[in-house]
Amino acid sequence: MSFPWAKNYAPQHPLMQWIDEKLPLPRFVYNAVGAGYPVPRNLNYWWNFGVLAGFALVIQIVTGIILAMHYYASTGGAFNSVEHIMRDVNAGWLLRYAHMNGASFFFIVVYTHIFRGLYFGSYKAPREMIWLLGVVIFLLMMATAFMGYVLPWGQMSFWGAQVITGFFSAIPLVGETLREWLLGGFAPDQAALNRFFSLHYLLPFVILGVVILHIWALHIPGSSNPTGVEVKDEQDTVPFHPYYTAKDGFGLCIFLILFFTLVFFAPNLLGHPDNYIEANPLSTPAHIVPEWYFWPFYAILRAFTGNFMGIDAKLWGVLAMFASIALLFFLPWLDRSPVRSATYRPVYKKFFWVLVADVALLGVCGVMPASQPWIILSQIGAIYYFAHFLIILPMISRNERALPMPTSITAAVLGEGAAKTAPAA
Amino acid sequence: MVRLIGFFVGLGFIFALLYAILVTPLAIEHNAAEAFHQEPRPLALASNGPFGRFDTAQLQRGLKVYKEVCAACHGLSQVRFGQLEALGYDEGQVKALAAQFQVPSINPDTGEPATRPGLPSDHFPSPYANEVAARAANGNAYPPDLSLITKARHGGAAYVHSLLTGYRNPPANLPAELRPGTGLHYNPYFANLNIAMPAPLTSEGQVTFDDGTRATVDQMAKDVSAFLVWTAEPELPRRHAYGWAVLGFLFVLSVLAYLSYRSVWADKKGH
Amino acid sequence: MDSQAIAAAPSDDEGVRRRDFIHLAAVSWAGVGVAATVVPLVYQMGPSGDVLSLSSAEVDISAIQPGQAIKTQWRKQPVFIRNLTPQEIAAAKAVPLSDLRDPQTIDERTKPGKENWLITLGVCTHLGCVPLGAAEGENRGDYGGYFCPCHGSHYDTAARIRKGPAPRNLTVPEYAFTSDTVVTIG
Repeated sequence: MSFPWAKNYAPQHPLMQWIDEKLPLPRFVYNAVGAGYPVPRNLNYWWNFGVLAGFALVIQIVTGIILAMHYYASTGGAFNSVEHIMRDVNAGWLLRYAHMNGASFFFIVVYTHIFRGLYFGSYKAPREMIWLLGVVIFLLMMATAFMGYVLPWGQMSFWGAQVITGFFSAIPLVGETLREWLLGGFAPDQAALNRFFSLHYLLPFVILGVVILHIWALHIPGSSNPTGVEVKDEQDTVPFHPYYTAKDGFGLCIFLILFFTLVFFAPNLLGHPDNYIEANPLSTPAHIVPEWYFWPFYAILRAFTGNFMGIDAKLWGVLAMFASIALLFFLPWLDRSPVRSATYRPVYKKFFWVLVADVALLGVCGVMPASQPWIILSQIGAIYYFAHFLIILPMISRNERALPMPTSITAAVLGEGAAKTAPAA
Repeated sequence: MVRLIGFFVGLGFIFALLYAILVTPLAIEHNAAEAFHQEPRPLALASNGPFGRFDTAQLQRGLKVYKEVCAACHGLSQVRFGQLEALGYDEGQVKALAAQFQVPSINPDTGEPATRPGLPSDHFPSPYANEVAARAANGNAYPPDLSLITKARHGGAAYVHSLLTGYRNPPANLPAELRPGTGLHYNPYFANLNIAMPAPLTSEGQVTFDDGTRATVDQMAKDVSAFLVWTAEPELPRRHAYGWAVLGFLFVLSVLAYLSYRSVWADKKGH
Repeated sequence: MDSQAIAAAPSDDEGVRRRDFIHLAAVSWAGVGVAATVVPLVYQMGPSGDVLSLSSAEVDISAIQPGQAIKTQWRKQPVFIRNLTPQEIAAAKAVPLSDLRDPQTIDERTKPGKENWLITLGVCTHLGCVPLGAAEGENRGDYGGYFCPCHGSHYDTAARIRKGPAPRNLTVPEYAFTSDTVVTIG
């Protein structure tokens, strides 16, 4: 679906006409990310992050396929094969550092993309499906990132695999069996490493598939925008190409500058030194932490320190950690405010920033050792996290008085007067 | 309905957390060792910073320290002798250096395990056959392989330098449980203060540098730390050079992309 | 929006040209970047440092008796080192060059003063099988050298192709005698 004023693909060249008859792929691209897709004219830079996330996925897939040409998934050889890539393979260090930091950048971009969605209410009707697919992508990314981190078979890889699969052992009755099944053994070893490699190679393509669905679902209602006011007529939109290809191109340059600064000058900044020590099943590092993008969830996991209502602390932690992500699936129905953008929701806006600070706090708690005062801070942080989504958000969406909104996107950009006098489409 | 269920699920987690707060002692535990532990002292090396490169004379000195002191217990298994050409040696020198090491091999006549002089295509041999042998020979301590040590420790080269020069007598106020046991040595830069490795660099002139540099303990520690940065990140100078080229390229691209973006939007910007 | 775009667009040619130039410059510059990105992606598939470091192999040949050959390895490829008998040398010399598919004398295929040492890759120049004939008792083909069983190429005592599909003689790698009993290949 598209707006009735969307430009129509009309190839001039006979060859393009011929292709269009046989396989209308150029038409598809034209309507998806070309001049045939009308987009609100008022998107700000926060709307660059969708394209950036797609680009990060491409970086990961390309560098990943190449690394797989040199890597080998054996408990005796994995660590050395990574060092072989770093030292012997032509440009191997570049490709591996790009993949390693590419994962971090993928998460930076996706987290920004998610918080943009939260701030501007992008998850609300009619865009619930886009949001749901987005949460699925996020879950798949977490699984892929975790399994990828196991592959170098360093100390953090090994103990990460041990701890994360340990979550499943918290499940009553079947937990232990499930964990042994996941690992193919009693501890992470060859069987686990091999299957993680296989799945780590597979899942990015699943992500790619869901990304295509995500974009498809986006094209049904069209892009949201910072005012949250729906598109009314032609003067509210511009064609995606060249307007947003140009803007995304510039955004991509900035992204690449930051990305390559890290890759070339501080490639290990976001990593952990212990992962340069080969896995040793007999000795746990003094202080184990997951990769930075899992810190907030790790803090929620560790915040539950008491057996409560007959459920032990470990199970509470695991349930809460999964619930903290799963609740995002219900967000479109938890927040019933008809106003999308936080710009016009004074109360929600405040709580949004509290949530940002809260997730940052949880992140810090996640990397700190499990001792006071970090335990109580993570407990307070986790309380707010759940309260925000499950209690505060539904309540304010009932009682909040929204600020006056512009009558149209054009009015927001050019002023109310200009919108009225502008020629009708 | 969703909101009602969500409300109760939320309450459930919140009560579990409130309960957890109640049952968790608030007392901040003081780790006595932390008071004595010291962060590595900053170490200025040619390889530091975004313009960092290697000082090959220093790397050659560091290699000599490794060879004559560290190699007795620590391996360098990721490094191939041939790579030492990056330190400014020519092919013949590398060959001669490799031949000073015995690498595992098999006897071509009997097939029995044997050793032979190293070749440039060989990796540095490990001093012990395996971890068990290493522990057996070192009072159950395991001397780690040094190839990646500056990447595998917080503080990197500065940590190595501080550790090597940080041996001292335990302070008088050190609690009894933190005092070094038998076979251990006090070193405030080591994570738990007591390290099994005895001070490896003890006296000036322990290694004679070929370039005439005075071999003080600090100098030897510095040089070997610099050398271990090279063993961990041999690609560093290239990485920095490519980095500047790529950033320069991207800067120009950003300017062009910005101008292009402004020009595309020139007729649209109402604000 | 079209009406607006047209109204706002500069009507003079110069403005349009300057605008086109900036887009063209940005896209071309980005194109250079894409091309440069392809370089490491292609380059990584080439032989890596550890493979290249195996570029030379030293072999002790003191134990090879006349008439015998050994198989050794250089760059993970088989190498035949044969100690030719005077009869084999004479047989090779007796062949007129015009009879050869890839004309080369035995002197061109050995080192001066060491012409009893024939050192060749053990890789058939047809499709890369390892010819027979280096080990004791193997089929040495119709010309008393090597015989490739895959597609029936026969090599003579100087390892020159005489019969069968192979286009060239067995390759003589670069090598040098570091002493009377040690040869360095590569």
